[in-house]
Amino acid sequence: MDAVIDNLPTYLEGFGMTLRLLVVSGLAALVLGTIIAAMRISPVASLRGFATVYTELVRNTPLTLVLFFCAIILPYIGSRLDYATAATIGLSVYTSPFIAEALRSGINGVPVGQAEAARSLGFGFGQTVGLIVLPQAFRMTIPPLINVFIALTKNTSVAGGFFVFELFAATREIANANGNAVLAILLAAATLYLVITVPLGILAGQLERKWVVQR
Amino acid sequence: MSGASVLFDAPGPKARRLSLILSIVAGVVILAGLTWIVLILAAPRDSGGITLPGYFDPSRWDIFADPEVWSFIIFEGVVGTLKAALTAAVFAIALGILFSLLRSAETAWIRVPTAVVLEFLRGMPVLLMMLFILLVMSTGAFWAVVVALSLYNGALIGEALRAGLVALPRGQREAGLSLGMRPLQSKMLVEFPQAFRQMLPIIVAQLVVLLKDTSLGYIVGYVELLRVNMNNLASFYGNRYLFSLFVVTLVLYLIMNLSLSSFARWLSKRTASKSSGARLDPDDPNQAMLVAQASAAARQSEDQRGTP
Repeated sequence: MDAVIDNLPTYLEGFGMTLRLLVVSGLAALVLGTIIAAMRISPVASLRGFATVYTELVRNTPLTLVLFFCAIILPYIGSRLDYATAATIGLSVYTSPFIAEALRSGINGVPVGQAEAARSLGFGFGQTVGLIVLPQAFRMTIPPLINVFIALTKNTSVAGGFFVFELFAATREIANANGNAVLAILLAAATLYLVITVPLGILAGQLERKWVVQR
Repeated sequence: MSGASVLFDAPGPKARRLSLILSIVAGVVILAGLTWIVLILAAPRDSGGITLPGYFDPSRWDIFADPEVWSFIIFEGVVGTLKAALTAAVFAIALGILFSLLRSAETAWIRVPTAVVLEFLRGMPVLLMMLFILLVMSTGAFWAVVVALSLYNGALIGEALRAGLVALPRGQREAGLSLGMRPLQSKMLVEFPQAFRQMLPIIVAQLVVLLKDTSLGYIVGYVELLRVNMNNLASFYGNRYLFSLFVVTLVLYLIMNLSLSSFARWLSKRTASKSSGARLDPDDPNQAMLVAQASAAARQSEDQRGTP
């Protein structure tokens, strides 16, 4: 336990980096994912095809490979990004297709009858989408989106393997320095991750439960 | 909302032409972007006065003409990845079955601690779990990878199976019990097979995640595809082949993952057509799980209201 308390600053430094990765790449992935989702439902065939191929390829690439590309291949090709920025880019790219899918399945989840009813009442495209479809799609996308962010929280740990000093890297360093208290050190790190993931998970489950009954 | 045409009037000739033009323009822009990237990569570059060949130059790819390189990649790398994935898959399914039975046990003494353990396993990064096992149990890297992946995916599969068990009609259990089966018998012989079949797409989708996650073994030092290609081969043949080795690694991973996920999709279509139940999205196990859990919870609360 002493080892944990002594190394609290290191933990917090790592935790701060984890939070930074989570927030920045989460927001970037949200933007990127929205663009991909918009491309996937757009009437322009070539954009649709591009988005489909992108989703399929990125989703089937291991995150380790994506971050390896950002941390090792990109500098080799000639980029001059620092490792944290490269990892943020990698995490955003990896997360974006999951966000796009969550958004798309939310819009697809609204029954067609809703849009038909709106149209038959004389609503235009903007009114149908803005007043009828999106409000219903929005609540259906919230629980899956929270789930994507939980996965992202856990995925930030992979960046620790590629020269970014976040919680996982901090834990590894502290554990290597204090070989006699490894268990306590690892449990402390696990607690810090669980502090983010468990409340989010409970929230997602409760929202989904509430809305699945209403449907 | 699959029929997007509901949202606006059927496009006339003008709108169709506009959409076609936009499509061609966007296609050209995308192609131009891709060509630009390829050209940048193919261009020879100067580094400190020496001109290096571009990344598609044959001199950067010639090692792949050597069958020995391929046999090394296949027998060390691909086999290492598949070995870890298969072992972990077997353990994960076994653990999942065990977890789901414990989690839906009648006694609270078993149910509640299992729920806590499952929540703990699901909320922790797999990588941290691997480090945990590597340092605390001081097993080899192989077992660290396998055990961490089995625990994590076992927890998720267990949660899926439990949702499947709860979502079954209550009559199934009642019929089993009224035939004189003991509760465990009814669970194992009547309910469980149905739940397993219902949840099979989620389980296979979870196995795709497991296969992808074996690459985390790279970070804890397990010899799998990524490590074989990017560390062993790259340091043997030199930095010049780093890019081509990365491309080969990526393609091999994509082949493995895409074939497994298309299997999951096929399976999901097949189960959906046989049972009338809702089709669970095999592409995103997380989300499918959320839906399954929520409908299970809804069913549970309905049942509780229904009992006098």
